[in-house]
Amino acid sequence: MDDVLTAPMVVEFPFTRSLGPVLSAFLTGLRERTVLGVTATDGRVVVPPTEYDPVTAEEVRDLVEVGQTGTVTTWAWNGAPRRGQPLAHPFAWVLVRLDGADTALLHALDAPEGPGSVSTGMRVRVRWAQERTGAITDIACFEPAPHDPPPPGRPAAHPGTFPEPVTGIVAAARLDYTYSPGRAQTRYLNALAEHRTKGERCPRCRKVYVPPRGACPTCGVATGEQVEVGPAGTVTTFCVVNIKAKGLDIDVPYVYGHIALDGAGLALHGRIAGIPCDQVRMGLRVEPVWTEGGRHPDHYRPTGEPDAAYETYKELL
Amino acid sequence: MTRTEAGQVAVVAFAQSRHERATDGSSEVEMLLPVLRDVLDRTGLSTGQIDFTCSGSSDYLAGRPFSFTMALDGVGAWPPIAESHVETDGAWALYEAWVKLLTGEAETALVYSYGKSSAGDLPEVLTRQLDPYYLAPLWPDSVSLAALQTRALLDTGATSERELAGIAARSRAAAADNPYAQLRGGSVDADAPPADAYVAQPLRRHDLPPVSDGAAAVVLAAGRTARRLTARPAWIRGMDHRIEAHSPGARDLTRSPSTRLAAEHAGLFDPGAPPVDVAELHAPFTAQEVVLRNALRLGEETAVNPSGGPLAANPVMAAGLIRIGEAAARITRGEARRAVAHATSGPCLQQNLVAVLESDGSAEDGSAEDGLTEGGEGA
Repeated sequence: MDDVLTAPMVVEFPFTRSLGPVLSAFLTGLRERTVLGVTATDGRVVVPPTEYDPVTAEEVRDLVEVGQTGTVTTWAWNGAPRRGQPLAHPFAWVLVRLDGADTALLHALDAPEGPGSVSTGMRVRVRWAQERTGAITDIACFEPAPHDPPPPGRPAAHPGTFPEPVTGIVAAARLDYTYSPGRAQTRYLNALAEHRTKGERCPRCRKVYVPPRGACPTCGVATGEQVEVGPAGTVTTFCVVNIKAKGLDIDVPYVYGHIALDGAGLALHGRIAGIPCDQVRMGLRVEPVWTEGGRHPDHYRPTGEPDAAYETYKELL
Repeated sequence: MTRTEAGQVAVVAFAQSRHERATDGSSEVEMLLPVLRDVLDRTGLSTGQIDFTCSGSSDYLAGRPFSFTMALDGVGAWPPIAESHVETDGAWALYEAWVKLLTGEAETALVYSYGKSSAGDLPEVLTRQLDPYYLAPLWPDSVSLAALQTRALLDTGATSERELAGIAARSRAAAADNPYAQLRGGSVDADAPPADAYVAQPLRRHDLPPVSDGAAAVVLAAGRTARRLTARPAWIRGMDHRIEAHSPGARDLTRSPSTRLAAEHAGLFDPGAPPVDVAELHAPFTAQEVVLRNALRLGEETAVNPSGGPLAANPVMAAGLIRIGEAAARITRGEARRAVAHATSGPCLQQNLVAVLESDGSAEDGSAEDGLTEGGEGA
């Protein structure tokens, strides 16, 4: 069996997200070195705050300012930080119940003395980031604090208003993959590299799929038998493209068509050139044109043969 | 859902792939096809005879949008079939199919799910399911979140590192008899002090599931059709799924009230119900088994994860469906009369599904004439 093709693939998706009134106040507060919570309907103080009551789903809007020191409720050592995590050197993940809060906030604890220096119940305090934009990362991390008991009393109400409130965040994300098209498409791509087009035949209905994906979608069975098709084929339908796509190095207008290669059970698509746009027609016979080093045909051009009869391709439209 | 109403649908076949760290360069549909063939062959049905098809998978594992549409080639989706998809574990696809069959709109359903975790970095990929405001910007990986949960449980004294090592050892020893499992047998000695190094303290290597590529498929059938397709249907007596707050700091990570509630609604604790012989629990991390045993009130009489469970093979998106399939298979083989299957989704057991499965009458004969009547009256 051929070695299966693989290629690195990076997916990046910077979502732009709007904030509701509570999240806006909380994230703007972080920018201003203030930590806010919201009072739930049962009186508990939720930090980080939610827009809705965690139990009743009622809108909650009563903000309070909580402490910047808190107590670790659970922790885990992270000896090998990953890209994007709050600290580049080993640290502890912690859930911290800030003084005045009834729920805990997830963040990193900078513990340079290692996991032996971290324990549930230890006191920690916020270390603010130098540059703050209105994001959870405005808290750079937590750091150990003296073991003083939490101050008594309930947190004070806070209006949640700040100049120039943050109304949205851009959540950047990047994931790295190693993509493999699988065995069938590897065979197809390897043949294309030799300027040959190989489809695969369904063992049950005998249809030849080009490009093959490894299964017949009608019968739901694996396709395995390779069948060389083309090189010439018939235009089954086409359109004239008049709008230039971003980043595409082809002058408009051009023709994009469905081409049933000889022997194939369905049409693939490709650009048709070497003929004026207004002369392209259904039934036109075409052949692939390869460019130096190309893994795909650059385009298809007329062979000069007589047009194919409609009967020969009507099932392939 | 009462026992009688819910008793009309059964698991009649189950198949899965041989789970491995990375499939040999196959595409999703190439990995899935043999599993679909296997499950259909067990019923004698062809793809065209299935009334409803429902699948579970995630574009984030594949790194491509609408990746499930390619997998549809494997079920013979043309001419158009009645089909649906959930972007989560296949156990939830099975739930949708079960509801469809209960409505009477379908007699048979094919449920499948698959995941190729090998395409990306799984703990990193799973950070993208988290709250985008407070959690995702910190990139807390799935192993670290499970470690926080494990520490919380250890702090309560409800378990010990030694007990967790024992869960790992028992799971992998059980998997020695499961040809589909990825980690089989193994060297964990439950009686020795934990020797594995910490991966994310308090988690040691043995507390973690393997990273797996794999697929699974189940055929469901209603009433008389189920009896026609198998001698021993595994009747779904009840099924429910419940969710908790997303923020791990807003929950008690040492308990699973959503699992408890789902189990109640699925009929697990019904008065007079026979004992639970087998539990297949979707607990990818050892401490989660302790939390789930407690939530499901499982005692010594119940064999937990005799397949090896997710600690032996953890194809994300299929691992929950596999729990239902494995539990049903015990009933189909006559090894259990009553089984509970559990599936989870989200960080630290946030969302949980519980299904209660039962055989006809006694496990000794299990014949179609015995026990259930048409329409699924309880035994």
